[in-house]
Amino acid sequence: MTPAACPAGMRFENIEKRYGGLYALRRVSLEIAAGECVVLAGRNGSGKTTLLRIAARLVRPSSGSITFLDSKKVTIAEASQTGFVAHATMVYDELTAEENLLLFARLLGIAEPASRAETLLGEVGLTGRRSSLVRTFSRGMRQRMAIARALLNEPAVLLLDEPATGLDPQGVTWLAETLRRMRDAGRTILMSLHGESEISALATRAIRLEAGSVLADTQSGGSLASILTFAGA
Amino acid sequence: MKKHILGGAIVLFLLVAAAYGALYVAPTERTMGTIQRIFYLHVPSAWTGLTAFFICFIANLLYVVRRQPRWDWLGVSAAEVGLTFTTVVLVTGPIWAHPVWGMWWTWDARLTSTFVLWLLYVAYLLLRTLVEEPDRRALFSALFGIFAFIDVPLVFGSIRWWRTQHPQPVVMGGTGSGLDPTMWRVLLFSWLAMLSLMTLLMLARYGVEAMRADLDLVRQEAEAA
Amino acid sequence: MSLLSNTTALLGKELRTEFRSRELLTTTVVFILVVVVLFSFTFDPTSAESRRFAASLLWLAFLFAASLMLQPCFLREQTNDTLSALRLCINDPFAIFAAKLVANTLFLLLTELLMLPVFSILFNVPVFPVFGQLVLVLFLGSLGVSIAGTALSAISAQARMRELLLPLLLLPLLTPVLVASTRVTVGLLDAAPFMEWKGIGFLVIFDAVFLTALWLFGEYLLEE
Repeated sequence: MTPAACPAGMRFENIEKRYGGLYALRRVSLEIAAGECVVLAGRNGSGKTTLLRIAARLVRPSSGSITFLDSKKVTIAEASQTGFVAHATMVYDELTAEENLLLFARLLGIAEPASRAETLLGEVGLTGRRSSLVRTFSRGMRQRMAIARALLNEPAVLLLDEPATGLDPQGVTWLAETLRRMRDAGRTILMSLHGESEISALATRAIRLEAGSVLADTQSGGSLASILTFAGA
Repeated sequence: MKKHILGGAIVLFLLVAAAYGALYVAPTERTMGTIQRIFYLHVPSAWTGLTAFFICFIANLLYVVRRQPRWDWLGVSAAEVGLTFTTVVLVTGPIWAHPVWGMWWTWDARLTSTFVLWLLYVAYLLLRTLVEEPDRRALFSALFGIFAFIDVPLVFGSIRWWRTQHPQPVVMGGTGSGLDPTMWRVLLFSWLAMLSLMTLLMLARYGVEAMRADLDLVRQEAEAA
Repeated sequence: MSLLSNTTALLGKELRTEFRSRELLTTTVVFILVVVVLFSFTFDPTSAESRRFAASLLWLAFLFAASLMLQPCFLREQTNDTLSALRLCINDPFAIFAAKLVANTLFLLLTELLMLPVFSILFNVPVFPVFGQLVLVLFLGSLGVSIAGTALSAISAQARMRELLLPLLLLPLLTPVLVASTRVTVGLLDAAPFMEWKGIGFLVIFDAVFLTALWLFGEYLLEE
């Protein structure tokens, strides 16, 4: 996979996901423009995680399709890359920070994996701990590793699934700062969150999911605050 | 309903006819006497079991590629029916062996391989009980079913090679030990009867599985509401 | 990026992880020792016949050890969901299996080679005259065990009762490997050693068949 050249938008068309007889997502259609910072809100089980994992290509939808669009809303021919940050860190505890990033950089086929790993460690402020095993990291530091990993191939879209879970206030502030920088640099962000916070304040748009369907969207009316703090959030 | 009764009647007729053939029409075998007649139950059961497992294999392949639930239903039905016939083989083998050789189990190549075959498909069914999510269960059991079936020729081949090192009593005589034409006819007719029973059982089991899936669907939708 | 480079990178990770802690290797070696000693109580280990039993018990011990050693294979990728991370970075998921099965074969082979001298001493069986051939059969047998075991551990990692499930699925499937490997080993450890090439042939066929099956169906094993 080669790094994406510019941020991209995403179009979800009639995305449906069934597990046996249970519908996790029912015909969700959304369009996210390049550069938007979108928050997905909703209760547990509303389909946020499923939608994000489908966008990341980890889960195959039962039906429907996803296409990537450039800033002029034209479909990009080859599949763009997404960076995915979940509640799990998705890095190896038994390897050092440096070894982790090197491994993933190599797997991605990045031209100079060592220097790229170096750069990212610097960006997330982990250069001092590069030779420490990830097992010794705090939750906040692990989250930084997760972000570093997700950014390795300069993804066109950054997907985050409840990234603030388990972070202390400093961690949340750092995350908000980092995401703000990315948003201002024009990167497309789609993230799921619970309720309002420093991070949700970054959003330019909010979408509420309920029982696998889109309930509300700031794009079609409704304020950010109301969608984020819907009764039961 | 009428179709089921008709189908059941035909199968019953075939089985009774086959039993009659085995007991009265087939000539008595020279050396072993009457007990040899269990041959007409033992061998067709083995062939039918393998046929059922082959159907399971095809269903497994189709599920992996198409992901339609009905292939999963067919797979589990075929596996259970195949296992039933394989159990008959494992039971009739010793019943024959004991009066003839004085031993219940001789570790004969084919019977031992059948035992491993039985274990493989028991494992298949056990796997299904240990994976809860229905789509995942169907996919994993289909994949294991594929691995199990491609292993079957290797199992039979390697065990036969193993047993040629230690020749000993072979259940029902070796292959090509020369069957009288009437015996062949009775044997093939028995197989036909067994195949019809296999089909009936598989269809019934398939129906149960389809109903169970419908029930689960209704229950899940009720819970979600 | 290519299958080969991805496999190499992942293999490096598997080896580095294991040699850092060595927990799999040490526990497997100790387990085999325990099994061998326990088995020895069930027959007369000094009799002339013990040579034949010794080969069988060696392979049984390896199989049981393998079915335990292979448990963590995909289980450890679940702790931090690193499996998803791998799936995101890799084009061909077969690289994940290829790396793990090579690593598992190496680990198995290493424990077996460590056990050989011990085995030779305990059962008074000369292994050095036929060392090369023994390594060949150990390699082919371990490869077969790894291919099937790696594939099935992907299944058992996601099922209940996984500690029992993996041996239950794996051991019947490995019957041809046990039969062929034991026969060849018995031949090699005989007073007049000989090489059963037919057994080697069986092992090669088993390995080829299951490697192909894994290559064809592996990606489905990793689906979410």
